[in-house]
Amino acid sequence: MSLTYLDAIREAQAHALRDDPRVFIYGQDVGEFGGAFKVTRNLAREFPGRVVDAPISEDAIVGLAVGAAIEGLRPIVEMQFADFSSVGFNQIVNQAATLFWRTTVPCPITVRLPFGGTSGGGPFHSQSPEAIYAHYPGIIVVTPATVEDAYAMLLEAVAIDDPVIFCEHKLLYRHLKAEKLPTEALPIGKARIAREGRDLTVVAYSAMVQDALEAAAGLATEGWEIEVVDLRSIKPLDTDTVIASVARTGRLLCVGEAWPWGGVTAEVVARVMTEGFGLLDAPPQRLNAKDTPVPFHPNLWAAHRPTVRSIAAAARKLLRK
Amino acid sequence: MLQAVTEPRSETADAVRESHLAGFRCMLRARLLDDKMAALYRAGKIHGGVFLGRGQEALSAATGWSLAKTDIFAPLIRDTAGRLAFGEPVLDAVRTYLGSAHGPMRGRDGNVHRGNPRAGLLPMISHLGAMVSVVNGMLFARRLKRVTGTVGAACLGDGATSTGAFHEALNQAAVEKLPLVLVVANNQYAYSTPTSRQFACADLADKAAGYGVEAHGVDGTDLTACLATMARAVGRARAGGGPQLVVAQLLRLCGHGEHDDASYIDPRQKDSPLGRDCLKVAREYLLGQGWVQPGLLDGWRDEAVREIEEAVAQAQREPAPDPFAEEWTALSTEHLIEGQE
Repeated sequence: MSLTYLDAIREAQAHALRDDPRVFIYGQDVGEFGGAFKVTRNLAREFPGRVVDAPISEDAIVGLAVGAAIEGLRPIVEMQFADFSSVGFNQIVNQAATLFWRTTVPCPITVRLPFGGTSGGGPFHSQSPEAIYAHYPGIIVVTPATVEDAYAMLLEAVAIDDPVIFCEHKLLYRHLKAEKLPTEALPIGKARIAREGRDLTVVAYSAMVQDALEAAAGLATEGWEIEVVDLRSIKPLDTDTVIASVARTGRLLCVGEAWPWGGVTAEVVARVMTEGFGLLDAPPQRLNAKDTPVPFHPNLWAAHRPTVRSIAAAARKLLRK
Repeated sequence: MLQAVTEPRSETADAVRESHLAGFRCMLRARLLDDKMAALYRAGKIHGGVFLGRGQEALSAATGWSLAKTDIFAPLIRDTAGRLAFGEPVLDAVRTYLGSAHGPMRGRDGNVHRGNPRAGLLPMISHLGAMVSVVNGMLFARRLKRVTGTVGAACLGDGATSTGAFHEALNQAAVEKLPLVLVVANNQYAYSTPTSRQFACADLADKAAGYGVEAHGVDGTDLTACLATMARAVGRARAGGGPQLVVAQLLRLCGHGEHDDASYIDPRQKDSPLGRDCLKVAREYLLGQGWVQPGLLDGWRDEAVREIEEAVAQAQREPAPDPFAEEWTALSTEHLIEGQE
């Protein structure tokens, strides 16, 4: 039997619903229809009354989840696309993220954001808003890059007493497969060395980990040993693992699918510069999407975001420095 | 943890008298508490803004009084009276205004942004309309937990009815048939903006039909009308009638905050029935009914003044929050705080 990234998220939700009566799912089309991507397929039937269709009201969807969390429940919210979370932004960053700090009442909500680009998605179905949420205090932001992490981190997210933004990459939904679900996993907050190497560190997260691994495999045929660090969660950010890797390689390339201004890659570079400057043999580099909305046409889309090719090219350039 | 349903208060003559006396007493305590906070503000003793409920005490007190202690209440900025009626201690208000470390918000938030969610009293964020869906969520959760009989009341002004959050939350409550009572105090101004620049419908209560919810209009200057309307709306919600929209007509008899002289308020409105002071109207009604003697009301006033002065004295003796003792984290999960293991 083989399981996809999407299956893993569905199974994690089924597991959470089965194990914990406080869990329920709320979002657009998540009920009988099973969600726009079918991530909640059959869950409404398996768990009557606990997988609930919401009106197209992202603000009120998150607001309802916060209220339910105050009452001790553990809601999972599905945003149909991460892009639409901008409409629920106020409730996420001002209501959910501040609740514990203001009142000592925890806010254990998990907001699932199907994010990242797919060819043909266009400017409003392709965004990667993870850094915006990470910017706000009081929020955990996770970005699983593997089937195993998608499962284990969603289960952990639901158990965490703070709001978690769960960024699930739409490109990985059906492409990424595993043989079985994990029985144990690294905890949220710990990065993972996805590939060991000694010449250069590529730090990536979510779908870019897969592209970075492919680029590293290609560079290996040229004689380069590339280390790939999968951040797993961008907040908290496991600076220790990144710096330990840079200590081994002396070179850092940080790759993200989000826009170039600020963001995760800038944060990683800033931390390495301030905490590990002496470890660097060359200026650290960043590779991001272009600074435009995400285009629709496959030719433009493929050139907008980092690719296996552009990651390999950036790595080669950095290796020559 | 959560208790069973409280029966709706019956409208016997005794109950009517009792609700008037209790409501009036909350109005009086709220007016005196607000006045004290305004005086402290003018004396430079309060950091940040002070927001009064002057002119809204009848509606607010009736709202708080209509709820059971096991209900949910999301007051807004002019609900001192409703908070007292719902059970918020005077000391909580004073500590929050004066920035006591012992206050419910521990100096992290101030003035009207206070509450105790565990007691069903929600601390408002500043974004208007945003608390309504949170009340919906609490009601939804209680239904999932099979706790029956809870009502949730959320207070708004006329300005908040223009927000997307208001629309989304009222529609959501209607779709889920939640026992939500949305209380809109149309006090004619949102900060300085008159209702003519806020909405174009004849009456905000007309909006209810569009959401498929029940509407109740009320004269917000009249305690009797407010008590009857709120009892009806809360009773309907509790009985399974779904969301209720209450729209009260009144006039804000103060600035938006104490920094605001409200020079934009039309003097003709102040002289109109809208501009009546609900506290005076209620006092005359109580005396006219023969339910109280002036001496009793004076006693209530003295008692309230003493309560407020004692709370102020206590809060002023208490320590301010200490930045060196402050836990500088917004997370409850310790191992996920950056820089900690």
